[in-house]
Amino acid sequence: MKVRKSLYAATALALVAGGGAVAEELTIATVNNSDMIIMQKLSPQWEEATGNTLNWVVLEENVLRQRVTTDIATKGGSFDVITIGAYEAPIWGAQDWLVSLDDLGDAYDYDDIYEPVRNGLSANGSLYAVPFYAESSFTFYRTDVFEAAGIEAPSEQITYDEFAEIVAKVHDPDNGVFGTCQRGKAGWGENMAFVGPMVNAFGGRWFDMDWNPQLTSDEWKNAINYYVDLMNNYGPPGASSNGHNENRALFADGKCATWVDATSAAGYIFNPNESSVADKTDFFQAPKQVTDKGTGWFWAWALAIPASSAKVDAAKDFLAWATSKEYVELVGETEGWVAAPPGTRASTYANEKYLAAAPFAETVENSILAANPADPTKDPVPYTGVQFVAIPEFQGIGNYVGQQIAAALAGQQTVDQALENAQTFAVREMTKAGYIK
Amino acid sequence: MARAVSIRRKSITTAAAWALGLMMFFPILWIAILSLKTEGDAIRAPIEVLSSVWTFESFGAVQERSDYLKHFTNSVVISFGSTFLGLLIAVPAAWAMAFVPGKRTKDVLMWMLSTKMLPPVGVLVPIYLIFRDAELLDTRIGLVFVLMMINLPIIIWMLYTYFREIPGEILEAARMDGASLREEVFFVLMPMAIPGMASTVLLNVILAWNEAFWTLNLTAADAAPLTAFIASYSSPEGLFYAKLSAASIMAIAPILIMGWFSQKQLVRGLTFGAVK
Repeated sequence: MKVRKSLYAATALALVAGGGAVAEELTIATVNNSDMIIMQKLSPQWEEATGNTLNWVVLEENVLRQRVTTDIATKGGSFDVITIGAYEAPIWGAQDWLVSLDDLGDAYDYDDIYEPVRNGLSANGSLYAVPFYAESSFTFYRTDVFEAAGIEAPSEQITYDEFAEIVAKVHDPDNGVFGTCQRGKAGWGENMAFVGPMVNAFGGRWFDMDWNPQLTSDEWKNAINYYVDLMNNYGPPGASSNGHNENRALFADGKCATWVDATSAAGYIFNPNESSVADKTDFFQAPKQVTDKGTGWFWAWALAIPASSAKVDAAKDFLAWATSKEYVELVGETEGWVAAPPGTRASTYANEKYLAAAPFAETVENSILAANPADPTKDPVPYTGVQFVAIPEFQGIGNYVGQQIAAALAGQQTVDQALENAQTFAVREMTKAGYIK
Repeated sequence: MARAVSIRRKSITTAAAWALGLMMFFPILWIAILSLKTEGDAIRAPIEVLSSVWTFESFGAVQERSDYLKHFTNSVVISFGSTFLGLLIAVPAAWAMAFVPGKRTKDVLMWMLSTKMLPPVGVLVPIYLIFRDAELLDTRIGLVFVLMMINLPIIIWMLYTYFREIPGEILEAARMDGASLREEVFFVLMPMAIPGMASTVLLNVILAWNEAFWTLNLTAADAAPLTAFIASYSSPEGLFYAKLSAASIMAIAPILIMGWFSQKQLVRGLTFGAVK
């Protein structure tokens, strides 16, 4: 009996003494991609160092977006750390749904994170999400096809007109190689991800400074006519149903001479187990036209803390670890340098080991540095975002415009009709949402 | 004398039945094949997939990354819990509607069924808010309750159909022998309705096991069942076909085996009303 009593007393004493450093249990919601799998694998090191534990909720991108939106909009508090994209970060930050991340400590080295990436994840001058991976877009091309056609790969950024001339020369459908493969499948994250930066290059913008849609402007007409002609003349059949995955498969199968798409696809195209053109592919910048602003898109996956979390301090500690320079180093040393999270920190691109392992590193870095979500167009705009507009209404508008352009590409309507429909819809939505008085 | 069925006709029917069966089973078979391949082989053309090496590495990788047992336990508790809780409410409800029907019984039954026609996402936010305030988010008891409510119309409808096949006179006879209402339901009605009740339980366990809207939306880490386990391997970029297949096989195997062994009862229960 005495023994039991003293055991209770000792336990109580230990609990009181350890009260200052209670281990927290964090729930983290994340996407299922190779970078996050590596983070999940390495996170026990952080758990051991801090005594905290992590519960991982891994979901497919669209399911995650819906799940996290429901929780954050209702202040459900199910998650302490969430994975969000460059589209959500500024919108949710401005709504005060996220905890500001300006105070992660001196050792975090904010200046090492690329400025466009920081801008893309900020709202009202505060950083609301920290990046673990960022991408832009650039042009993949087949070195063997270019060589056979006697074309020298451009070393400077070319215009879309010059790009069309090259595409015409390398178009050889009889031998199963199409001049170019671009996204045609409707959706704000599908065809509009390619069309948006192309419209920027042609000098267009989604809205003027008073939020009036500009979809019937000459710049939009020129860009979309160019896109439809290019795809009809030199694209694969049925291009209006091809998204990122379809084009990636076509390119990896040797069916495309050129392809403007995500820098993150380079890892796949360079992997000989998955691609038949791994040793015949190189890159140049996405083309410009009347301007070089906003010609490569910007996307990032980032970690954020919902305002409804009750464990903000522990969550900040995890974020500071998982997006630090030291973490990039850890991934490089344990998983191989080609697997290091790309596009976020200057120190990664100054690392000789990374540059040796990733031949596409320099082009990726240039593309990301050139993509500035805070200043994406020739004329001034009231929004941030290169291939999207960071307002909640954009998903609906972007999807509708994407459908109209896909219908024009499929020959179901003219480009002018498509843009008229798009403009009418955008005006109605923006008026309804109160942007246009 | 029974009508003689020609051998030719019989063989055509048999072949057609096998072809249909194989067609329906093929997706599961293909998932099983992919789960035994490496990630690299799983995305190759079908012929190359079959000729490549077989391996259990995806199952190992899935087991290493996720806690299968925790998800499995959650699935068992949620699907059986919601079904038995549903039965507690449905048996008296179906008894009342089958043996003491009122003027509006048919309307009530139709109204109950109509709740199944509402798209679940339409009530997601209100239910989420209720769960938040009642602190039921990410709890098994919360999911048991929601899935019970969702499947209740089906349970009541099925039991109502079976109970109606049982002659009311038998229950009357029991009453004349002095049986109380409880005894009448437990010792007379339910033993006679066992095949129907068994198939109701089976079907609702399967429905609850496969339910992937509420189980994904109302859980995070603690109460997530096998649907969340599969979802964690799904990727639109097709990066993890082999692991996704392995996770799917691990998630459907228990319910598949259960369905396999009880298919006779299931079919008998489901066609019980129709043969009369």
